[in-house]
Amino acid sequence: MHRTGELYGQFKTLDQQKETATLGMWIFLVTEILFFGGLFLAYTINRHAFSTAFGVGGNMLDLTLGAANTVVLILSSLTMAMAVWSATTSKKQLVTIFLILTLVLGCVFLGVKVVEYKQKFDHHLIPGNGFDITYCAKNPSACGLSGQALESEKNEIEEGLRVDPDLNAHSQLYFSLYFGMTGLHAFHMIIGAGLLLWLILQSRKGRFDANYNTPVENIGLYWHFVDIVWIYLFPLLYLINRHLG
Amino acid sequence: MSEHIVSPKIYGMIFLALMVGTFLTVFAAGKDFGPMNVVIALVIATVKATLVILFFMHGKYSSKRTKLVIVAGFFWLAIMLGLTIQDYSTRHAEPSRTELHDSPATQVFRS
Repeated sequence: MHRTGELYGQFKTLDQQKETATLGMWIFLVTEILFFGGLFLAYTINRHAFSTAFGVGGNMLDLTLGAANTVVLILSSLTMAMAVWSATTSKKQLVTIFLILTLVLGCVFLGVKVVEYKQKFDHHLIPGNGFDITYCAKNPSACGLSGQALESEKNEIEEGLRVDPDLNAHSQLYFSLYFGMTGLHAFHMIIGAGLLLWLILQSRKGRFDANYNTPVENIGLYWHFVDIVWIYLFPLLYLINRHLG
Repeated sequence: MSEHIVSPKIYGMIFLALMVGTFLTVFAAGKDFGPMNVVIALVIATVKATLVILFFMHGKYSSKRTKLVIVAGFFWLAIMLGLTIQDYSTRHAEPSRTELHDSPATQVFRS
């Protein structure tokens, strides 16, 4: 296992061997694109059918945390790309450093996600029996709402109920999709963090250099793919039809 | 190895472009462009995703075979999204849950 930079019998050149690995990784990522695509499709159709409830639901998310997480994740993509660059230029120590940075940023992202999920639990926005989209409007102190924020929250709920009497059920659908999509994304991040940990251990042994860096390159592809999913999730879940202030 | 090595300078520039895109999309969300809200958000997201694929994921420098696989993936995604959405968007609006509860069909089904 993991004999570095060795040419296997079925290939003619190392280039061909490497390209085969990259191609295989991309074929896996294509299945991932379609996997997430199904969820995006479900989201699109339901958003179209229940746009008021989805607008109200989206406004309940914390924009600051969402935007901060976007920056964190894009930064982690940069450090991952730099880890690949360090490997292809045989800077063995830098590989480890950049991989650790990527892992740390990935953990920051997941930590922020935990804070967001906790907030949704406290605000009764978890799909199920306790779900109540009007909870914060009714219990402003429990959600830390006051003044203008409380007024706009109340107006929003009132207006929403006028347009869509079944607001609670339909916004519950929004939050089911929110947790389904961000949850699946977070699950991919957790797997990615595990892979990064393995890469760091390998890299500390000096395994990766210009001759052999396929694992860094391919796990990098996976990491960037997870970043791309978030690049779409952030505007779709947090931003569309948002009423600021 | 004859692979193309992307310089850190390009990575840095792509990172800055992605940051600008993130700022723009948050900024645009604060304004109301009506039905264009979704379009603007998706265009910015797609530009960002394309930059990530071309440079961070080395799509620009990969072999023709790999490029074909990447394009094919998005082509199939487009089939799934496009055909399903055109189906849904050309049907009559589906009854809401409240309407369903009151409809004779549901009553029969329940009794």
